[in-house]
Amino acid sequence: MNMNLTLKIWRQKNASDKGKMVDYKVSDISPDMSFLEMLDVLNEQLINKDEEPVAFDHDCREGICGMCSLYINGEAHGPDRGVTTCQLHMRMFKDGDTITIEPFRATAFPVIKDLIVDRTSFDRIQQAGGFISVNTSGNTIDANTIPVNKHDADTAFDSATCIGCGACVASCKNSSAMLFVGAKVSQFALLPQGQVEATDRVLNMVKQMDEEGFGNCTNTGACEVECPKGISLENIARMNREYLAASLKG
Amino acid sequence: MSGILNSSIGRKFAMALSALFLMIFLLQHFAINLLSVFSPDAFNDVSHFMGTFWAIQYLLQPVLIFGVIFHFVMGFVLEIKNNKARQISYAKNNGAANSTWMSRNMIWSGAAILAFICLHFYDFWLPEINTKYMQGDMSGLLANGEFRYFEELQHKFVDIWRVVLYCIAFVFLALHLLHGFNSAFQSVGANNKYTKGLKGFGKAYAIIIPLGFVFIALFHHFNH
Amino acid sequence: MALDSKIPKGPIKDKWTDYKNHIDLVNPANKRNIDVIIVGTGLAGGSAAATLAELGYNVKAFCFQDSPRRAHSIAAQGGINAAKNYQGDGDSTYRLFYDTVKGGDYRSREANVYRLAEVSANIIDQCVAQGVPFAREYGGLLDNRSFGGVLVSRTFYAAGQTGQQLLLGAYSAMNRQIGRGKIKMYNRHEMLDVVKVDGKARGIITRNLITGEIERHSAHAVVLGTGGYGNVFFLSTNAMGSNVTAAWKAHKRGAYFANPCYTQIHPTCIPVSGDHQSKLTLMSESLRNDGRIWVPKHMKDVEAIKSGSLKPRELAEEDRDYYLERRYPAFGNLVPRDVASRAAKERCDAGFGVNATGEAVFLDFASAIERYGKETAHVKGLNENDAALVKKLGQEVIKNKYGNLFQMYEKIVDQDPYNTPMMIYPAVHYTMGGVWVDYNLMTTVPGLYCIGEANFSDHGANRLGASALMQGLADGYFVLPYTIGDYLSDDIRTGAIPTDSKEFEDAENEVRKTLDFFVTNKGQHSVDYFHKKLGKIMWNKVGMSRNVKGLTEAISEIKELRAQFWKEVKVPGTNEEYNEELAKAGRVADFLELGELFAKDALNREESCGGHFREDAVELDGEQKGEAKRDDENFAYVSAWEYKGEPSDAVLHKENLEFKDIELKQRSYK
Repeated sequence: MNMNLTLKIWRQKNASDKGKMVDYKVSDISPDMSFLEMLDVLNEQLINKDEEPVAFDHDCREGICGMCSLYINGEAHGPDRGVTTCQLHMRMFKDGDTITIEPFRATAFPVIKDLIVDRTSFDRIQQAGGFISVNTSGNTIDANTIPVNKHDADTAFDSATCIGCGACVASCKNSSAMLFVGAKVSQFALLPQGQVEATDRVLNMVKQMDEEGFGNCTNTGACEVECPKGISLENIARMNREYLAASLKG
Repeated sequence: MSGILNSSIGRKFAMALSALFLMIFLLQHFAINLLSVFSPDAFNDVSHFMGTFWAIQYLLQPVLIFGVIFHFVMGFVLEIKNNKARQISYAKNNGAANSTWMSRNMIWSGAAILAFICLHFYDFWLPEINTKYMQGDMSGLLANGEFRYFEELQHKFVDIWRVVLYCIAFVFLALHLLHGFNSAFQSVGANNKYTKGLKGFGKAYAIIIPLGFVFIALFHHFNH
Repeated sequence: MALDSKIPKGPIKDKWTDYKNHIDLVNPANKRNIDVIIVGTGLAGGSAAATLAELGYNVKAFCFQDSPRRAHSIAAQGGINAAKNYQGDGDSTYRLFYDTVKGGDYRSREANVYRLAEVSANIIDQCVAQGVPFAREYGGLLDNRSFGGVLVSRTFYAAGQTGQQLLLGAYSAMNRQIGRGKIKMYNRHEMLDVVKVDGKARGIITRNLITGEIERHSAHAVVLGTGGYGNVFFLSTNAMGSNVTAAWKAHKRGAYFANPCYTQIHPTCIPVSGDHQSKLTLMSESLRNDGRIWVPKHMKDVEAIKSGSLKPRELAEEDRDYYLERRYPAFGNLVPRDVASRAAKERCDAGFGVNATGEAVFLDFASAIERYGKETAHVKGLNENDAALVKKLGQEVIKNKYGNLFQMYEKIVDQDPYNTPMMIYPAVHYTMGGVWVDYNLMTTVPGLYCIGEANFSDHGANRLGASALMQGLADGYFVLPYTIGDYLSDDIRTGAIPTDSKEFEDAENEVRKTLDFFVTNKGQHSVDYFHKKLGKIMWNKVGMSRNVKGLTEAISEIKELRAQFWKEVKVPGTNEEYNEELAKAGRVADFLELGELFAKDALNREESCGGHFREDAVELDGEQKGEAKRDDENFAYVSAWEYKGEPSDAVLHKENLEFKDIELKQRSYK
């Protein structure tokens, strides 16, 4: 059955505007629509009324690019688990519901417009050390020269599936980015190729994370629950170990 | 190693270490208190030893006080920093969907415990310091020649309002520990397949110790 | 201008080595004085940016997303091919080359494909060194899976997220160079024109998507790695922002556009559910390793399934039509994508589609679950005849292999694919056509390069699974860094290119004029209104099967729609702010031109080859009756179109394809 909904949406013209919540009505929403398709309907409606459409980030619409965000009814990517907003379907809602839609909030994620935030702080953390310093000449050793324990390879992969959407930061009461950073540190720490630079990597990435103004982790675990890719808290513990070991080494 | 306390993970680590230290202290405090239920004499002996042995008084006691103050100050510093990391709060936030009440309100359970510690210091520590170091009476004896510790303990729990306040504080302590115990281990990096058992132990610790304190307070209230 | 593909002389296996031995190099000190612009940061653009920066060039990289990590390469699922022969099943550079040329229906350039196969093995070495966590076996070595259209297992993978892992590898290589200051990264910037100075590409005009600022950027060479144009169909598996604008602007500045009609329709996508649909989701081709595709044999069962009175799993084996296994016994469910897609369309057109829209077939994992379950029970010494146990064990195996895809399916369709077959239907996925490039990956504009999906080069008329990632990374890591050096060696004395020249000014003015038009036009329809209409025309008349009548109609309908667009399009807001509608308007304007050229190219190519199927070009009898019929005598060429104003005026240039190392044969998967 199709639904009629009330939307409370954060509208903010640009970074310097104060912004406010505005109410909208949408009707005849199919339960098979994705949440973003529902917003498409709203925007089409706004354009036809000569109003400005709601700006929101989105791209692949299949849950992998990490571009979409949105804090829906008090949760990053909405009430469903293991999905991004683009994979959230309207069958999670009921006819007559009021849905509150806000941008991801964090000092390190300033709002650009409406529901769009600037997440380049994540890029800068990666630039500080989220890589293995190997030239791209292709003149490396054969890929099978160093066997990697399957469990380690699988765990590294699990860490590497982070899509960098920022739901962890948005959900954390402290706006901490430790799950994001922990996942990247873990991926490389678990692979023999990454161990050469492990010390510098974790020190530099954590330093950059702190400079960006993210909060401190207090282990509430909200990030793990809201993470669309199910990145485990073990990644943060591993980063803590790596960091302490690296600090001792200097 | 330099500047480790200036980093987020360093601060977490320091917070966790002070917490682990305080949890060991709490266990020790609980063990001695429990003695008072079974044997007033043994309780008196141990209390006298703790209150007069130089290493405990002049080494461990300052360390403990430092630990307590550090844990509180750091807790408040972190809270302020964390609030700065999100200056505009959500119009609607459903924290219960992804985390426990305890984990989100450590600052409040902590503040309640701080208030309790003030009361507790007023009740026991200040009189103790007064007797021993202001009046210089290190004997630990009452006028009748018996140890004063058990007597003083029972006397404190006569007032029902104090018992109630103590019990409320222990509830907050339990809430604080329910998140704090495992959080401390997570912060020092102990979270993997080997630490599953630790989680259950942490829950047990967080419930049994405060419950024991409640029991002791009630026991003395009804048995004086 | 005659097309010169600049293929080096000599035997095919020595061409690339000889080429590299004889090109001009730029010394490291001079590289510091040379700027290169790279547009797009997917596998091709990202790997090229990282490598060129590492070599010492000053790189400026541009992407329209908020981070290079979001490029749509990230969505590739199944894997990446490489001729490593780790499985010892007879793979080799030649076999990968052969499979790719054959899979492409003999419409690709031999020398390029051979080079691709040659460098493929290096890609895997490179990625492992970068920390890409490929799937491994228990012994710690890399695992492989097989893909459609080939008889060996040469596909390396990272669960169903291979594209993500490879892109993050390239992104991390970029990050290293951004951190070193060798790449200057421009996020949320869209390229709106190429600037030519003295006939050479010397810069671009961009719009900052946040502020609306129009910027001029100059360089000694410009590289486009801007992906494919599948979104001309509105509905495709491409990202919402994927567009043809960069490639189309290059085309308008003199770069020939090759084979626009070669589009890959991927057979395994989640079917359309309604008019609200904004995009289609792919289910990896790797699923065809274990899934069997079928529709009911009898119309009464189709009706029963549609009405819900019959559950698909209840239908008896003998009443099912496993049409791929029936038609193509040798390759079965693993026929190439174009063949699988057309077969699904054939069944659905005949009325056997299994969902409400009649456009869906089943992809069933029941027999794989049973097979794996029995195997596991046997290994574990459990009862192989306990159906419930076998099912449970089998589901676990399937979950390990495809867990994320099954979850994705369940979230979208709200059905559990472990217990009921998936429904799938073909959808637009990849475009083999693109900007024409020579062996050096240079377009017909000197100094303008095009890499990855954006160019036309390596896949001919149909791309094999797991080859897109291979091509993107080969171009960016291993091919372009050599070929562009040869060109740039002439520029060591040029010095920085000024941006205050007349050419830059003219280009900027033109861009501004278009943007101003959009925000002041105040028409009555949104951009999406036109985009959806264009998509319908393309899908219905220039889609999986094409005929003269439909194509002719499409050409005139698109032309009309374009005229209407320029009269009636409505773009709210201004240029000086974040304005997605404005960005979309520019992209759809270009799709409306490309769409017509696309149809024109399809009309010109009076044969069926790969992804291009003409109803008037089929085998009339024999074993291959009804299959696509290629015409090597008349159409063994690349159609490279030169821009002359309207798409209808585009001039066709032919690059004849010579096959010296592979014999032209009919593609048979029977």
